[in-house]
Amino acid sequence: MATTLRDAINRLLGRQTASAATAKQRLQLVLAHDRSDLNPELLQQMRLEILEVVSRYVELDLDEGDVSLATEDRVTALVANLPIKRVRDVVLPANSALNATTAAAGSSAS
Amino acid sequence: MHTVAVETRYILICSGKGGVGKTTLTANLGIALAKQGVRTAVLDADFGLRNLDLLLGLENRIVYTAQEVLAETCRLEQALVKHKQQPNLALLPAGNPRMLEWLKIATMLGDLFDIVLIDCPAGIEDGFKNAVAAAREAIVITTPEVSAVRDADRVIGLLNSEGIKPIQLVLNRVRPRMMANQEMLAVSDVTDILALPLLGLVVEDEQVIVSTNRGEPLTLNGSSSPAAQAYNNVARRLQGDDVPIVDPSQEPQGLRAKLSRLMNTKIF
Repeated sequence: MATTLRDAINRLLGRQTASAATAKQRLQLVLAHDRSDLNPELLQQMRLEILEVVSRYVELDLDEGDVSLATEDRVTALVANLPIKRVRDVVLPANSALNATTAAAGSSAS
Repeated sequence: MHTVAVETRYILICSGKGGVGKTTLTANLGIALAKQGVRTAVLDADFGLRNLDLLLGLENRIVYTAQEVLAETCRLEQALVKHKQQPNLALLPAGNPRMLEWLKIATMLGDLFDIVLIDCPAGIEDGFKNAVAAAREAIVITTPEVSAVRDADRVIGLLNSEGIKPIQLVLNRVRPRMMANQEMLAVSDVTDILALPLLGLVVEDEQVIVSTNRGEPLTLNGSSSPAAQAYNNVARRLQGDDVPIVDPSQEPQGLRAKLSRLMNTKIF
């Protein structure tokens, strides 16, 4: 997000930044969840499985990465931001429950 | 007054959240349309907490509701409360009809009116769903506050799934100074998030309260207050007139505005 002169002055004076941007961010996040019928539990499960699959091929920075819902023009998208630490030399074996997903991921990665 | 025979438009006025200005919009828009020569019916679908009669100053003239008309204990003309100063406008208190009966009411009104405005109850429960059944298009009204925008979003989702089209947005209670200071969601923030075309923008205006005290909508007596102009413009745009929308937070307002623009300059 771009910094305005107002934000800079507010920071210098130790004041909070203008609230409109905060309002927009919070709304976008909450609406992404409202609009999709995914309940938080399922979302978390999906998030873990995605991380698991990707982690077989590359080592991820899990502290920085995130899989979340975003929304624009009333279309909700799953957005994954997964910083790669390094590529694995050998692909780790698949979890038996994840066979179908891994096959798809493997073909698109090659 | 009407010259062209066109199909009656059934327009739902809804918001999700209560207290954002649905009924005030319905009353003012109804009067404005009537003054512009449109035969307009306003339907109070909020049978539990009806207030449209009060805002229009018609509270002492209600005898029957749509329910008596449906039960054939009175004629439609008896239940319609005509506005004395603007005979093009009539109020129909709805009572509490079931969903199917709403279509009947709408059809009956179609013979007599060009536009039917349906003042929807707050919430997204049965009252809302019943009112949607009588509507073809919708105006969603919201204020630039997170809770109101979130609730509006829920309502828009439901209207979309019911095939209501077009859905247009009225942004109410805009405080230009707060917007210019970025302490209130910008007009474009709200239209982007909700992805609706903007039909109108109404600034916060104390005259609205004065007018509701009197039971005389601002649009009735040619008030020049900002909100009155905004409502009149909504009425004109609804009929297809190309009236530009001015974002009051972008308007030059002397030194303060210049300073505000300077403060909002992006520095990195």
